[in-house]
Amino acid sequence: MVKKIYFQSIFFSFFFIKEAFAAESGGMPQLNPEFWISQIFWLILTFGIMYLILSKLILPKISNNLESRKSQILENIEAAEKQREDSDTKLKEYDEIISKSKLEANSIFNQAREKAIKDIGAKRQVLDKQIDKEIAEAEKEIDVLRKSAPNKINKIAIETSSELLLKLIGAEVNNSSISAIVEDLSKRNGDKYYGN
Amino acid sequence: MAANPMSQFDVYRIGPEIKVGAFDISFTNASLFMILSTVSILLIFNLGSKKNSLLPNKIQLLAELSYTFVSKMISDTAGSKAKPYFAFIFSLFMFVLFCNMFGMIPYTFTVTSHIIVTFVLAAFIFIGVTVIGFIKHGFGYLKLFVPSGVPAVLLPLIVVIEIISYLSRPISLSVRLFANMMAGHTMMKVFGGFVISLGIVGGWLPLSFSVALTGLEILVAFLQAYVFAILTCIYLNDALNLHH
Repeated sequence: MVKKIYFQSIFFSFFFIKEAFAAESGGMPQLNPEFWISQIFWLILTFGIMYLILSKLILPKISNNLESRKSQILENIEAAEKQREDSDTKLKEYDEIISKSKLEANSIFNQAREKAIKDIGAKRQVLDKQIDKEIAEAEKEIDVLRKSAPNKINKIAIETSSELLLKLIGAEVNNSSISAIVEDLSKRNGDKYYGN
Repeated sequence: MAANPMSQFDVYRIGPEIKVGAFDISFTNASLFMILSTVSILLIFNLGSKKNSLLPNKIQLLAELSYTFVSKMISDTAGSKAKPYFAFIFSLFMFVLFCNMFGMIPYTFTVTSHIIVTFVLAAFIFIGVTVIGFIKHGFGYLKLFVPSGVPAVLLPLIVVIEIISYLSRPISLSVRLFANMMAGHTMMKVFGGFVISLGIVGGWLPLSFSVALTGLEILVAFLQAYVFAILTCIYLNDALNLHH
């Protein structure tokens, strides 16, 4: 659409140019050779100077800037890659150290446990022996006491009975007769009193 | 007659008449705008290449984008052999672009709307490319006019056509740019004249047209500079990589 309008307008504009040609004596100023030489001269001068300055001074600088930026970016990427690799290896080392120390800790723990178990066993043996000995001594003592107990009880019984009799009757009774009675009783009832 | 759409193309002397021998090389409005264009190009690209920061500022970005744009254009069309001619094609593209763009500012003069300017550029390119072609390939460069795979019966005709098309290169190259610029600017002037003559009532339509045309002309200004540069690259490609 725009194109169509554009070309139509160009077409119409040539109408007006023709009219302008009719109106002006000179026609198209482009075809007037009066300033051709001047235009060529100034074109060569300005374009030449611009070309020289651009090609010798400015464009090398721009290309240099672009190159240096490119190389710097590449360098940075390389450095980043290297650092990543470094950190990877370090991470691996770290992991290794951790797993190693875990194993070590485990073994140390196991050793300590074994040692403790051994120690406990040894101590228990010693203690067991001691306890056994003490129990045996105590049993012996009990045995002695048990053996001596009936005699003592008999004696006490005789004494208390004689005293009781003294208080009750007011006469002294022969100890031997009392002891005979007590012995007789204890023999009869010993089983009941001592349980064995 | 100020409303004459062609009066914008008038060249007039600024300052005194300068004569070297028989040649009049007076400073004119055309010279003024050539100088303006070149000075602004140099200014922009000098500013754009001064500091080399890793993160470019706007003007540096502009300069570097233009650089990569032109270098990509050259390497795409003419290959890596065209690298020594980069500076020339870059200057050419920038010169034509800036002259075209300066012409888009009201009351300015469009340097590239003059056939003599575009013809000198095109003739220089034509001669340069031909010289490069003969230096690189010797008389083998003439094989350019003999395309391969053409039946022998047609060969004389094809060769004549090829020679004519080769010789018309500077004309087509220069007339394309000159005619585009002249037609566009004339048209804008004509529509501007319509705005005045139709007045407040009917002037709105040509005014809106004028606005649209301004956009189109800016596009054409860029496009013609691009076409001029890319055709130069294609001609250079013919001279550097002869593969007919």
